[in-house]
Amino acid sequence: MSFTDSDPSGEEAFSSSVVLEQPAAAPESLLASADMPPQRQITEEIGQLHAEAARREAAGDEVPATLYDFAPYRSSILRHPTKNPRLVDPETIELFSPAFGERDIAAIERDLTLQHSGEPLGERITITGRVLDSWGRPLPNQLVEIWQANAAGRYIHQRDQHPAPLDPNFTGAGRTITNDRGEYFFTTIKPGPYPWKNHINAWRPAHVHFSLFGVAFTQRIVTQMYFPGDPLFPLDPIYNTIRDQKDRDRLIATYDHDLTVPEFSMGYRWDIVVDGPDATWFEPEGSH
Amino acid sequence: MADTTDARSRRIAAAGEPTHKPSAGQTVGPFFAFGLGYPKMHEVGFPHAPGSILLSGTVYDGAGAPIPDAMVEIWGADSDGRISRARGSRRRDDHTFTGFGRSFATDEGHYEFWTRNPGAVDGKAPFFAVIVFARGLPDKLHTRIYLPEDEERLAADPLLASLSDEERATLIATRTPEGNLTHDLRLQGEKETVFIRF
Repeated sequence: MSFTDSDPSGEEAFSSSVVLEQPAAAPESLLASADMPPQRQITEEIGQLHAEAARREAAGDEVPATLYDFAPYRSSILRHPTKNPRLVDPETIELFSPAFGERDIAAIERDLTLQHSGEPLGERITITGRVLDSWGRPLPNQLVEIWQANAAGRYIHQRDQHPAPLDPNFTGAGRTITNDRGEYFFTTIKPGPYPWKNHINAWRPAHVHFSLFGVAFTQRIVTQMYFPGDPLFPLDPIYNTIRDQKDRDRLIATYDHDLTVPEFSMGYRWDIVVDGPDATWFEPEGSH
Repeated sequence: MADTTDARSRRIAAAGEPTHKPSAGQTVGPFFAFGLGYPKMHEVGFPHAPGSILLSGTVYDGAGAPIPDAMVEIWGADSDGRISRARGSRRRDDHTFTGFGRSFATDEGHYEFWTRNPGAVDGKAPFFAVIVFARGLPDKLHTRIYLPEDEERLAADPLLASLSDEERATLIATRTPEGNLTHDLRLQGEKETVFIRF
């Protein structure tokens, strides 16, 4: 089909009976925000939204720990629901979660420094912690999946455009199954902070993505673990989608010198608590 | 939804008040594929086995544009209503039905699963439990995809009964002539999918 100069938009070329789907935008083109405001404006917006959430909570509203409607995180503007999720009583299927076990994972997958022929660059670290339910009971046999940027702040994902070097000896993905005490162990390198296009001079604090299931599908959680003392915390709209300081603090790992291995690696400890109240459901022996 | 609140209270009463506050969720971000992807992750059932169906659709944002960096997960009962306790969702053996699948949206926002029609569990209307993640979505979103056929059970479903016709339609899949299921997920705007919390 060709368009003439007299009809540059091509509108007449399409009959009204033909519905054309808008072609999908290239995913890279969606990564930059439309307005690219300065950091000062983003920080101001974060403060306003935290204050508003605190007011709503004080007034008796039920406000989620992570705010869905959070404009400082620009790509959330068109991607958050405008209606509150309905409170429902979980049905039976939602009170179970997929069963994972050693069969799903090879033991070596918890060491992100052993996936290539050479050693990755960066600060070698171990991360360990427990997966707990809302009553502090450890959850064994839990699949824990993690992914992260390399020491230079670059993801191996092909759409990451940050011009920091890839590390041929680091992919940045690992997974494991919690042991009988609900513990997980990873060996990796400390990820670098990472620039993104939410606003001018936007940098994500160094973080590791975590994904877990819990014992009920209702407990499924994807979150991020951060490192203590990061100066980027107050500036980051994603970290601050969590409205309460105490909740934000609990995503920060603790440096634990007892976990640090002499002349080898720095140790961090981080527990994850999945949401109840459905943790009261225990699978009856021999059922299903 | 007084019944729901009561049921929630009863569950809490059974174990006492929670002592640990849950960790807060965060966005899955844009670059999850290399961390969460694995072979045959969307093959909940083996595609060429009898009874396999395709469940597919598009994830849309509030402007009606497809979301290319979304992830959809489903969890459902087998066609006889039994809930699989088989391991191996993350390492498929091509014959065990584990009930769980994961699909990354394509550049056109399309997700799909090879799976089976879930059967009724405890005599209730059958549905897939669904979670949506996306870059730009600050936390997970739960929803359900109900099978369209069993009108009696659909009418008896407490969630569906609490919704307007328009909202209800966002939770019930469409059966294609080939026997597959299609169902779009709209995170915002007109025909916004009804999301749920527990």
